[in-house]
Amino acid sequence: MAATVIHAYYDDDDVLMHAVKRVKAEKHHIEEVYCPFPVHGLDKAMGLAPTRIAITSFMYGCLGLIVSVVMMKYIMIDDWPMDIGGKPSFTYIENMPAFVPIMFELTVFFAAHLMVITFYLRSRLWPFKKAENPDVRTTDAHFIMEIEVHNNETELKDLLLDTGAVELNIIKNNH
Amino acid sequence: MASHYEAPIRKPLVLGDKGYHDVSVDIAAPIEGRANKLWWIVFSIALAALLWGIGAIIYTISTGIGTWGLNKTVNWAWDITNFVWWVGIGHAGTLISAVLLLFRQKWRMAINRSAEAMTIFSVIQAALFPVIHMGRPWLAYWVVPIPNQFGSLWVNFNSPLLWDVFAISTYLSVSLVFWWTGLLPDFGMLRDRAVKPFQKKIYSLVSFGWTGRAKDWQRFEEVSLVLAGLATPLVLSVHTIVSFDFATSVIPGWHTTIFPPYFVAGAIFSGFAMVQTLLIIMRKVSHLEDYITVQHIELMNIVIMITGSIVGCAYITELFMAWYSGVEYEQYAFLNRATGPYWWAYLLMMSCNVVSPQIMWFKKIRTSIVISFIISIVVNVGMWFERFVIIVTSLHRDYLPSSWTMFSPTFVDIGIFIGTIGFFFVLFLLYSRTFPVIAQAEVKSILKSSGARYKALRDAGKPLYTIRKNGIVRETIVNNNQEAAVSSESNQEESLLSSLGSFDSGTQDPDDLKKVKGIGPLMEKTLNKLGIFSFLQVSKMGQKEYDLLDSLTGSFPGRAQREDWAGQARMFLNNDK
Repeated sequence: MAATVIHAYYDDDDVLMHAVKRVKAEKHHIEEVYCPFPVHGLDKAMGLAPTRIAITSFMYGCLGLIVSVVMMKYIMIDDWPMDIGGKPSFTYIENMPAFVPIMFELTVFFAAHLMVITFYLRSRLWPFKKAENPDVRTTDAHFIMEIEVHNNETELKDLLLDTGAVELNIIKNNH
Repeated sequence: MASHYEAPIRKPLVLGDKGYHDVSVDIAAPIEGRANKLWWIVFSIALAALLWGIGAIIYTISTGIGTWGLNKTVNWAWDITNFVWWVGIGHAGTLISAVLLLFRQKWRMAINRSAEAMTIFSVIQAALFPVIHMGRPWLAYWVVPIPNQFGSLWVNFNSPLLWDVFAISTYLSVSLVFWWTGLLPDFGMLRDRAVKPFQKKIYSLVSFGWTGRAKDWQRFEEVSLVLAGLATPLVLSVHTIVSFDFATSVIPGWHTTIFPPYFVAGAIFSGFAMVQTLLIIMRKVSHLEDYITVQHIELMNIVIMITGSIVGCAYITELFMAWYSGVEYEQYAFLNRATGPYWWAYLLMMSCNVVSPQIMWFKKIRTSIVISFIISIVVNVGMWFERFVIIVTSLHRDYLPSSWTMFSPTFVDIGIFIGTIGFFFVLFLLYSRTFPVIAQAEVKSILKSSGARYKALRDAGKPLYTIRKNGIVRETIVNNNQEAAVSSESNQEESLLSSLGSFDSGTQDPDDLKKVKGIGPLMEKTLNKLGIFSFLQVSKMGQKEYDLLDSLTGSFPGRAQREDWAGQARMFLNNDK
């Protein structure tokens, strides 16, 4: 962590968006923005890369489909074929229509749960995890923009106050 | 910003002059306040019903299914009726949050949290019935395909009953993570508002350390969208598969191809009716009339009316197909339903499900809260009888007239059913006191487009925000990851305010702090000088703030703590509501 960071507090999402665009236009790096609710377009304005979590979900879904196909093939065809009412299930393709509901369910099961687990791990969310928002107001009605200071404290201070920050907190780390 | 634009013709979804902070206060109020007498009365009744149900279940399991009213002709009755009824009710939650999310319906945000809670609680009730029906519920794990000690004894993947196991467990678990993921930011809000350490600990635990970084929100929104896309076909598949339990059999009255869409429409119908019943009560008890408005009730009524009409069409199609098929057994099954000894159940089903929702065509009726409440209950009674009619009337007169019989439930049948209703309400009442019952983060995101305050500003041609350039600047010095006590007095004031929240005299009115026992006119002036004007600020005071206040004022050390100013202020806050 840099020696000094500035936390700029905003109390409105529109003001925040303008500020983010201003700060980016002036070529400062925004370390982080903490929001109480999703602000549409903020990720693009900050220059965050798009999330790939939907792609992982697709891959997990494919995995679920494969698991269900392999499982039912092994159980119903290879390990213990059954002759139900004179309708034997000796080949996979003959019995496959009856497997469709469970193929679908397991695809959804894998896609949904593994995606959510991925999200929790990537965003570091789990029970007993300590929250890292710098101020309790960021889950209520305040937004915080975090910017590192590299010998430009006054310049940044003036810029941020000019963008409509309601409060600036200059945090100095003494190592 | 352009994205906040909404056509002026659209009525506001959040009433009252509300900003972002007001939403937090309103949603947290039922949790931070105390339960009233009515809540305790209803909770005790529900708990008593649950205990009776537990007694009936213990009696069933220890004695056997013979304690139920089943006989050799009607070998499936209340158990499966109740199962299908509860699963059906469990459909509205995911429908509201998933399908309405895909269609970008903003009105879902006031009701999705409670609808999903209702879904989870009712699917739990539904799952109880097959488990009890197993007779030896401790062997319930046998429905899972696991290698076992009996050689190659596997479950039968050709059976719709096994499909049901997979469909319902997938539905329950996916609904649960969908619900909980949406809850994380709202639990985070409660955690950051909590004053007492115990509450703080609990909400920290359940919020999974939600921090609200921009990247978290980006992922959060993508995850919600993908989950909605997955849950939409899932919710349709679940009741489709439940209907397969009947439709794949050879019983006249059951083996019809219309069952899957007809069951799904019926499920949405009854689910919305149950959401309506619960929310009409909750908006009143928890003072959420500004969020769950008459417009929300009207929109739900329209869904009830449409799905009720679909169900009505299905009933008539069934009758027509029975006649048109030329199959005598099929024809008799339907003739018997309408004119046989169970004609009253059929009439009840027809009038509750097909006729009663039709009055919603009148705007006066669908915007009336009392009539909406009555219809919502009537619909669920009707939907219970629909399942009873389908199941019992198809069975009680089978192929062999000498074995024709009637079904009468025993007190155990009734006890288990009442018990599940009690269990459902116990869960829902506990939920309404401890969970954020409205998705407040989502509501905040639509506040500028659909909130009454911002709509009024837009109509008046005023800007929705102003950029003020007089922010305050403070410094914090961190030594070895430890926030050092800040030295100068002005900084102490600010650290006091930063934990209590600042007061904006432009938008808020100061409270009469003298109401708090122990605060006189002199002390009030001192507090005002420090920037403390409202009960809300005082109510957030804890040990640290009391000490800070003592060191700032220097008078009556320890007094604020002894007289529990924060507790008193909280009381005044609740009275003001």
